[in-house]
Amino acid sequence: MRIRIAGARVLGGQAQDIEIADGRLAEPGSAGRPDLTVDADGLIALPGLVDMHVHLREPGREDAETVETGSRAAARGGFTAVLAMANTQPTADTAGVVEQVWRLGRESGWTQVQPIGAVTAGLEGTRLAELGAMARSAAGVRIFSDDGHCVSDPLLMRRALEYVKGFDGMIAQHAQEPRLTEGAQMNEGVVSAELGLPGWPAAAEEAIIARDVLLAQHVGARLHICHVSTAGSVEIIRWAKSRGARITAEVTPHHLILTDDLVRSYDPVYKVNPPLRTAEDAAALRQAVLDGTIDVIATDHAPHPAEHKCCEWTAAAMGMVGMETALAVVRLAMREEEGFGWDQVARLMSRNPARIAGLPGQGHGFEPGAHANIVLVDPGAPHTIDPADSASLGRNNPFAGTEVDTAVHSTFLYGHPVVLDGELQAPHPASKEDTWPL
Amino acid sequence: MALTSLLSASDLDRRTAVELLDLAEEMATVAGREVKKLPALRGRTVVNLFFEDSTRTRISFEAAAKRLSADVINFAAKGSSVSKGESLQDTAQTLAAMGVDGVVVRHPGSGAPHRLAQAGWLEAPIINAGDGTHEHPTQALLDAFTLRRVLHGEPASGAAGTGADGKDLAGATVMIVGDVLHSRVARSNVRTLHTLGASVVLVAPATLLPWGVESWPCQVRYDLDEAIAEFAPDAVMMLRIQLERMHQAFFPNAREYTRLWGLSAARLHALPADAWVMHPGPMNRGVEISAAAADSPRALVLDQVANGVAVRMATLYHLLTGEDSH
Amino acid sequence: MRQRTVLDEHEITRAVTRIAHEILEHNKGPQDLVLLGIPTRGVPLARRLAERIAGIEPGVDAEELTGSLDITMYRDDLRRSGRRKVHATSIPAAGIDDKTVVLVDDVLFSGRSIRAALDALAALGRPRAVRLAVLVDRGHRQYPIRADHVGKNLPTAASERVDVRLRETDAADGFTGDEVLITGGEE
Repeated sequence: MRIRIAGARVLGGQAQDIEIADGRLAEPGSAGRPDLTVDADGLIALPGLVDMHVHLREPGREDAETVETGSRAAARGGFTAVLAMANTQPTADTAGVVEQVWRLGRESGWTQVQPIGAVTAGLEGTRLAELGAMARSAAGVRIFSDDGHCVSDPLLMRRALEYVKGFDGMIAQHAQEPRLTEGAQMNEGVVSAELGLPGWPAAAEEAIIARDVLLAQHVGARLHICHVSTAGSVEIIRWAKSRGARITAEVTPHHLILTDDLVRSYDPVYKVNPPLRTAEDAAALRQAVLDGTIDVIATDHAPHPAEHKCCEWTAAAMGMVGMETALAVVRLAMREEEGFGWDQVARLMSRNPARIAGLPGQGHGFEPGAHANIVLVDPGAPHTIDPADSASLGRNNPFAGTEVDTAVHSTFLYGHPVVLDGELQAPHPASKEDTWPL
Repeated sequence: MALTSLLSASDLDRRTAVELLDLAEEMATVAGREVKKLPALRGRTVVNLFFEDSTRTRISFEAAAKRLSADVINFAAKGSSVSKGESLQDTAQTLAAMGVDGVVVRHPGSGAPHRLAQAGWLEAPIINAGDGTHEHPTQALLDAFTLRRVLHGEPASGAAGTGADGKDLAGATVMIVGDVLHSRVARSNVRTLHTLGASVVLVAPATLLPWGVESWPCQVRYDLDEAIAEFAPDAVMMLRIQLERMHQAFFPNAREYTRLWGLSAARLHALPADAWVMHPGPMNRGVEISAAAADSPRALVLDQVANGVAVRMATLYHLLTGEDSH
Repeated sequence: MRQRTVLDEHEITRAVTRIAHEILEHNKGPQDLVLLGIPTRGVPLARRLAERIAGIEPGVDAEELTGSLDITMYRDDLRRSGRRKVHATSIPAAGIDDKTVVLVDDVLFSGRSIRAALDALAALGRPRAVRLAVLVDRGHRQYPIRADHVGKNLPTAASERVDVRLRETDAADGFTGDEVLITGGEE
């Protein structure tokens, strides 16, 4: 298929034409007569976004999300690749389960689905999962995480960090000291004191990060910190990077802008792990995004069926959906930060996560020959976020009713338009064939 | 302040709180009448929705509703999560379909009454009868009522403008001692006493005080003996200590707790001679409160129980009559 | 809005004096008499009546004769009207059992207040007889209730408002003396 994207501002620069042929970017003018021309006047072209942290719930909780529905949501959010967390039922802790998720992703064809494997069997934190078998499986797992749980045993963490070095793997840690957060319901602070909800101290996250950056540097392993949520965590990561540790870190869009004041409503849509923190924490996270301490913005998209959120706070599940509104929310959160332009969006939401996750077809530049994973963004599309307008099964979007001005216009997955003018089109035609490039 | 539900003591400004206490004085006179009943809520239905056992509180609300001639339905709901049966939403919508006029909620989870009031599942006014470790606003009102009576006197046979009527607690110093962290009574009392102009002093080991307590409108001390000497309180309110807490390292053991934070006979004597002793009950005699203190003529424990009905009548009357916006 | 005074301070004083005489005459003296004012303005009117009676009958203590009877809890419009303030109820020390209770109110209109007052009274005890004294009867009754003692019968339109102002309850800004006012009606 030949596509001509007319007049897009690549990374926010001058308008230019982009041509796609056979799934790759072509020299302008070389592609001949296009099958499809997209008028991109006023639109921004970015490399397809890569979400390092999503929960697709399949297998096990298909009432919450499936690989199919999650992939559609990803495409609508401009993501051409997502990394699916391992806390499914059964846990993605064997080659069989990760291959199943990987295959479901290929068959869906809306985005590239790369499974993350569990660090410990059943996420129980007691013995290592079959890390090598998952790495050598068809899914080619490189990132391992017990996300949802912390690998809290220091010895087990050290062993995991060392073990995955053998196949250039990486541990993505969910930093939460379990004893310090027993029964915790929200950030520990003046709001939790007032609301009488058991608090979740910042130190419970920071203590694990401090321990793990020391361990990672000691054994010379790569370490990725999931969803950093506190100012103290940022300080520790900054310090570790200055010492040359191979650390990367991510933040969610919601932690950049939402704060624990929202919990005063006791509306479980604001219940999330890690919890919403203070305005000072959010400001420190935005600064860390600007100065490069934080490498990645990832959604931690965590859909839940309505009954897990339509209840009292203490009984509700933790998590928020986020893929479809991530770009708009990041733009909203960073609107007053000097120096956060489209190139930074591309860096934090595409190039860095693609590099860290080792996805060669993703996060590229716009040079001819590159895989045509591209998103067109409309920066002047004011609208109100409506959780019902979603391809995800989850409606637990804390940004319901928020006014934003950025919308995903089109998403091209390996040269195929999966979203045009905000509407889902068709999955990649090769998704059910062996020619599928992923 | 247009009060549509009573979820937290912070829903009450000074004027509304004093109005409720004055109203409770009128309600209290009903107990002495030939017919111990008022027709104010005749034909209206109040549900006691209890997700957590509390016979004392339920009976108090039930008596209050019945003295106002309301029909009372006791609904002991089991479990609080979807995995354990009916969800809060389904329960709420069931009550709405039955056409109830007011819901008294007791729940082990903080914030559940807020959720009931704000999720749009039912329109009826909600009264928080204790939610998790959050609040118990009617307990704070009855404590304030009890204190106001002993500090300012009862109104003489209901004649308006005499006794405590219209007065607040300005100038009084109230010391709250014990497990503030897990106490919904303490949270509501700090707020209500502050609203009514009293000075509040919390005394507890730091483990049993919430992080961020310094943002509360009160003073905080760790040493009970020093605090008694420093503040010479008008009343001390002893909080119930759950002995399981010692297994969670909140304090070493019951002996040490009692020695440092219990209201012993010696500490009772160290209090000003006109200081009052309060306890929301049920008491652990010999732990947070000695028998000498519990049985002393300065103890208001039974007054607190007796006043609960009048205060809850006032609350029900206030929320269930008036604007038909419910 | 048109407003006119229909009773001035002097006329109100005369009406109270006349009712005091009527009550004594009907009761054949002050024995077993209780005057219960209905808040707000029935309360000072009951006290004025009692003081007048004490002035006529030596040996009568006006305080021991009077009380107030709050009817808020007994109203039939608690659900619809705005939230009502509850006033104090106070009964003379001797109680009301086997007494002649005279209910005292400022204006008799629909009769609903008196219906509520009769209920409130029944919850307090069992009087031998209950009588009703009002300063103004403006008609438009909705219940089969009539007053035994009336200061002034005042034909009114339903759309008009009747206000009684007494120094005990209304002595705020612009108060010049006791009066009964009619406001509104046809322009």
